[in-house]
Amino acid sequence: MTMDDNNLTFDKITSDLTHHIRINKGFMVWMGFLTVSLAVCLYAYSMQLRTGLGVAGIRDYVTWGLYLANFVFFVAASLIGMLISAVLGLIGMKWLTPITRIAETIAVAFAAVAGLIIISDMGRPERLAYVFIYARPQSPILWDVTVITTYFVLSLLLLFLPLIADMAVIHRKVASLPSWLKPVYKSLSLNFTDRPEQNKIINRSIRILLILLIPAALSIHTVTSWLFAVTSRAGWDSTVFGPYFVSGAFVAGSAAVIIAMFFFRKNYKLQDYLTDMHFNNMGKVLATVSLVYLYFNINEFLVPGYKMKRADAVHLQELFAGKDALLFWVVQLGGLVLPILFMLFRRFRKPLPIMLISIAVLIAAWFKRYIIVIPTQEHPFLPIQHVPQNFVHYSPTLIETLITIAPFILVLIIITLISKFFPVIPLHETAREKGIEHIKFD
Amino acid sequence: MDDSNTPHSNNESENQKGSSRRDFLKNLGLAGVGVAAGAAALYSGHIFEAKKEVSGDQKVLLTQDGKLVQVDSLEIKALEKNGKELHETLGREGIPGRRWVMVTDLSKCRNARKCINACQGAHQLRPEQYHMNTLQMQDTPGTAPYNMPKNCQHCDNPPCVAVCPVDATYKRPDGIVLIENDRCIGCRFCMAACPYSARIFNWIEPKDAANHQGEEYNVELNVPQKLGTISKCLFSADRLREGKLPYCVEACPNSVYYFGDENEDAVTNGTTKETVRLSKLLRDNGGYQLMPELGTKPRVYYLPPKNRLFPFEEAKDATPEKV
Repeated sequence: MTMDDNNLTFDKITSDLTHHIRINKGFMVWMGFLTVSLAVCLYAYSMQLRTGLGVAGIRDYVTWGLYLANFVFFVAASLIGMLISAVLGLIGMKWLTPITRIAETIAVAFAAVAGLIIISDMGRPERLAYVFIYARPQSPILWDVTVITTYFVLSLLLLFLPLIADMAVIHRKVASLPSWLKPVYKSLSLNFTDRPEQNKIINRSIRILLILLIPAALSIHTVTSWLFAVTSRAGWDSTVFGPYFVSGAFVAGSAAVIIAMFFFRKNYKLQDYLTDMHFNNMGKVLATVSLVYLYFNINEFLVPGYKMKRADAVHLQELFAGKDALLFWVVQLGGLVLPILFMLFRRFRKPLPIMLISIAVLIAAWFKRYIIVIPTQEHPFLPIQHVPQNFVHYSPTLIETLITIAPFILVLIIITLISKFFPVIPLHETAREKGIEHIKFD
Repeated sequence: MDDSNTPHSNNESENQKGSSRRDFLKNLGLAGVGVAAGAAALYSGHIFEAKKEVSGDQKVLLTQDGKLVQVDSLEIKALEKNGKELHETLGREGIPGRRWVMVTDLSKCRNARKCINACQGAHQLRPEQYHMNTLQMQDTPGTAPYNMPKNCQHCDNPPCVAVCPVDATYKRPDGIVLIENDRCIGCRFCMAACPYSARIFNWIEPKDAANHQGEEYNVELNVPQKLGTISKCLFSADRLREGKLPYCVEACPNSVYYFGDENEDAVTNGTTKETVRLSKLLRDNGGYQLMPELGTKPRVYYLPPKNRLFPFEEAKDATPEKV
């Protein structure tokens, strides 16, 4: 820490971490902008509801388009909660404390919205309940619904439990808190008074959640990869799809966390808590998961590329040198290989450069899902003939693009609300790590 | 008669007369009741008889389990909710005792596209929507091109059925893979899973949707088509129930299609109406299946395009530019 720890009183920590909890003009303008944008996108969705999925560019051959690529991306981004809190947290990395809540917020927001994206991709969204009424356990869709719901609930609990202590502090100590919110925080704090037995229950529950979170998180992205891998199509028919997707998810999620850290640090003046050390370490995490992802990419493309079986050959030629080549190489080199090379150097793991690298990685991660989902469907086993040109080549429509943007706006709204009304950095845990053992409640 | 001696007897005879009149009246009443009862019985008997009147016109019908029965034509009643009945039971049970199978002779196909037109007409499909589509194939650069009609292969190990989350598409005991568009949620997982690109989706309002509004849904014909749901070849399950050949098979002018029952080992050519042994047809002509290595076990066989009867011509597309 750059600050002398001895001078850090509990009141100072409280005011540093909660001074942003007030409804100000900037917040209203930002939320207003998000709401208007969302309304435009929802209008696009209402057009799809009225006239059917035909308003999108997807047709009989490329039948899964932007919506499904987007769904895969959202499930991927949500996985970061598990990596930061569960995997790294359980092996005892203390420096993570100020990042855990950011990671959990991202996990909850992306997991919640992923479920909505799937509804936007349904031809008959009003029959959503059939998935439960006529549930067929043989179908990976049912597995996906089950594990995503489980993961969302676990992540929500993991976000909430450490907040109990924080809310007990906020409703007593934060003067800027709007009066109508005080009773809400008070009831959500569940009468927490920092007694040892209360802390014991919370800590034990968090530990159980962290352990449960690992299989749940692995399941959501593995099952999502199986939506593709259980088919026999070239490009999807792969045995490494599970780990390939999971490692790719950690890349997208780590990049999202770094970007969020940068903006919270700047906007909420958290320079003393989210230090260069945190960006440096997160840069190392991103570089590590990117290397793992690169390893799976080599397996995924080199092995079928070496054999060049007929269907694989058509698919890979389009990716390597054909219609999708530009996108493919920009994503693979610009979103994976170059960032890894840059991140090997400490100076690129400073807050600003690592944030810029993360933006490139995150955008590439989205287009990577496009490359995984769409080109395979343009090369089925049997030729595409006697159909209109727009059946042969997929190009997304404006309405489809707007409906694809909507989930991003929703995620931003959820993250904005959570970070606005709660400390971005766990207050109680930070205080305890600074040696302030007990909070005095009067 | 001596009057002086007979007052008593007179009285007596009066009494006797009176009593016999009463008896008569009593008997008459009883008889009346009896007649009325009898008449009522006769009348109700008449009604009963009238009800089971026989027209003498005997119809021979095939029951669901494949037995031939003789029924008087007056006793034949149409099912009140035919579509619903089909929908709930028959559509899922299939036609007992049958294992439908199709054989497509590639040496005879000249891409006349009559099968496609008949199919699209029956299933209310747009010109770019195919349950059956004739593809122009060339397996490798050195081999000759040929026309290949391609429909749903009605796999015995159907990947589409495996992935359906709501049991909207299902495999029937008679071999047909059907789709119930009242239940389909439109997730299109089945389309992604099908290696034969056999499935289509109603992206926009189906053809002439306004004209077919309110029609009872027939799962064996999959009409009316519904927006936001899947459609595909059904082996004309509605025609099979009537003992007829599928629409495409019957419409072909070039003897391409054979259709029949694997259990009977017999298939009938749709053009010549000639019935042949399935096993012999496949054996003599080198019958094969599409992509058997995928393990889907198709119920459609192909006879190779050997000694083609027609020259191969590049097909002209009649489909619109954009839909």
